Amino acid sequence: MILALRELRRRPGRFATAGVILTLIAVLLMFLGGLLDGLIQASTGAVRAQDADVIVYSDNAQASLARSRIEPEVRETIELLSAVTEVGGLGVVQLGARVPDAGPRDLAGVALFGYELAPTGVPDTPADGEVYADEVLRADGVEAGMELLLGPARSPVTVIGFVSDTSFNGQGALWASPATWRDVLDANRPDARVSGEVFQALVVRGDAEPDDLAAMIDRITAEYHTASATRSLSVPDAVNAIPGVEEQQGTFNQIIGVTIVIALVVIALFFSLITVERAGLYGVLKALGARSSTIFAGLVAQAVVVTLIASSIAAALTIALDAALPPGSLPLAVSADRIITSVLLLLVAAVVGCSFSLRRVLRIDPASAIGSSS
Amino acid sequence: MTIPSPPTAVHFDTALHLEPALHLDDVRKVYPMGDAEVVALASANLTVGSDEMVALVGPSGSGKTTLCSIAGGILSATAGRITVGGQDITGFSDKELTSFRQESVGFVFQAVNLVPFLTARENLIVVDELGRRTGAPARERADQLLEELGLADRAKNLPSQLSGGQRQRVAIGRALMNEPDLVLFDEPTSALDTELGEQVMELIRSEMKSRGTAAIVVTHDERITHFCDRSVHIIDGHLDA
Repeated sequence: MILALRELRRRPGRFATAGVILTLIAVLLMFLGGLLDGLIQASTGAVRAQDADVIVYSDNAQASLARSRIEPEVRETIELLSAVTEVGGLGVVQLGARVPDAGPRDLAGVALFGYELAPTGVPDTPADGEVYADEVLRADGVEAGMELLLGPARSPVTVIGFVSDTSFNGQGALWASPATWRDVLDANRPDARVSGEVFQALVVRGDAEPDDLAAMIDRITAEYHTASATRSLSVPDAVNAIPGVEEQQGTFNQIIGVTIVIALVVIALFFSLITVERAGLYGVLKALGARSSTIFAGLVAQAVVVTLIASSIAAALTIALDAALPPGSLPLAVSADRIITSVLLLLVAAVVGCSFSLRRVLRIDPASAIGSSS
Repeated sequence: MTIPSPPTAVHFDTALHLEPALHLDDVRKVYPMGDAEVVALASANLTVGSDEMVALVGPSGSGKTTLCSIAGGILSATAGRITVGGQDITGFSDKELTSFRQESVGFVFQAVNLVPFLTARENLIVVDELGRRTGAPARERADQLLEELGLADRAKNLPSQLSGGQRQRVAIGRALMNEPDLVLFDEPTSALDTELGEQVMELIRSEMKSRGTAAIVVTHDERITHFCDRSVHIIDGHLDA
């Protein structure tokens, strides 16, 4: 082990190629992970922020807010449940917003929410015509006190403050009163108009386990409102059920998996090459009394150190890249969790990659050191 | 040609040294080759005294490497009994042989084979680092050996910065690190010209004799056998003392 680490220090050049390739792979891995996290964050923020146990959609909506409608009678039925403590309506409409001073075609994509129960980090419902804007909209030039004109009808809303991490489908959220949401929806999406007290979904707080609460709600609505039964999900389930989220995760995780396999192959190839090259030296060391396990441990130590160095450089590069990108240009979210996970995956790949050389190390015969002139 | 006389004064400081350094009793080594068998060593009997230096002479393919490897615990014999420094290693497993090599024998390989990225001093200390480490005593021993071998001022040099003779001396130092009962020299002069070869043999002799350590020098070069106490010839696996 000492021998292996000393070789790394004395002959860093031998490991440079593998180090550079691993650094690039690690950057790719952390960048992909950051993109995945960023995309998921941008499409799920509004749902994740819900300070509730359960989100109730209509049964046929496939957990899509846009397709879901909850009638007031259904809400009353749910409120009758003793386990339910609070119920709030939720609705959204996605529109283009005209930002003052921006070009006439330079629309900012927004998701205007009408809400009754305040999500985490969002103040209580503002007065009609006022909104809290998500910070990501600052990249579009939105500032506090500004009047935004929403949709083709140019419905005006005034920004009175900012909230963070509440994006929806990649668009910055605006948080408004239910009346404002209904007015804007009515003016800009006549086809999706909802009457009176109808909401798209309900957020429910209760004093039962979220899954139990969801089951109770769905059972009672199925019983009393066969035509408009509900499908309730805990907040984490609702996040995953957002259309596209699982598909994005699946796609990215496959790419990340392939990248790990490439790292593994690179390490396996590099260290089996090194083992072949050092067969003579290993033979001598074995003749001098080195065990195969000692030699193999040295190989693993080298792979781990090279991987750690490559990962550290890659982490620094990824963080620098994140800082260099103008906010809002790429949905990149670099987090310590993601970097640590990437490093751990690479370390596993390094150890597994090395193990392909184990058999060769075991097979090196100390007798090869004697009677040969090479 | 002058034949150096055997040493007159021998220091037996421990009871262990009274044992012969090597005792081979009817040792046989056979390699299977398809259906046939190749006899590399046919019932070899050899005793090397506790401070004796024996030249093992034979042409290539004669079995001298096999004998040397068996004596050094690198190969297991097919039959026969092998005792090194009083320790019977006949039935040793691979693992036991590994620790035996680490503790009881020294090797000087034909191509010297120093670790290229370690300094002269580290090439000695590496022997200690491969096994159960002793640390400071090993470092002291390495410094002492380098001093005795006239390499004190070369301790921090890499093998590539040393001459052939100096490298040979580092290799001898490495072989002596574990205070072995027996040192095996595999063709120590094959890569050297006559003059340097004789210098190296003189060095080997004085190092072995001053320590009272037994040695087997494998060679096909009759010119250097007079540095040893006696010569044993081997042809086609048969020993001829």
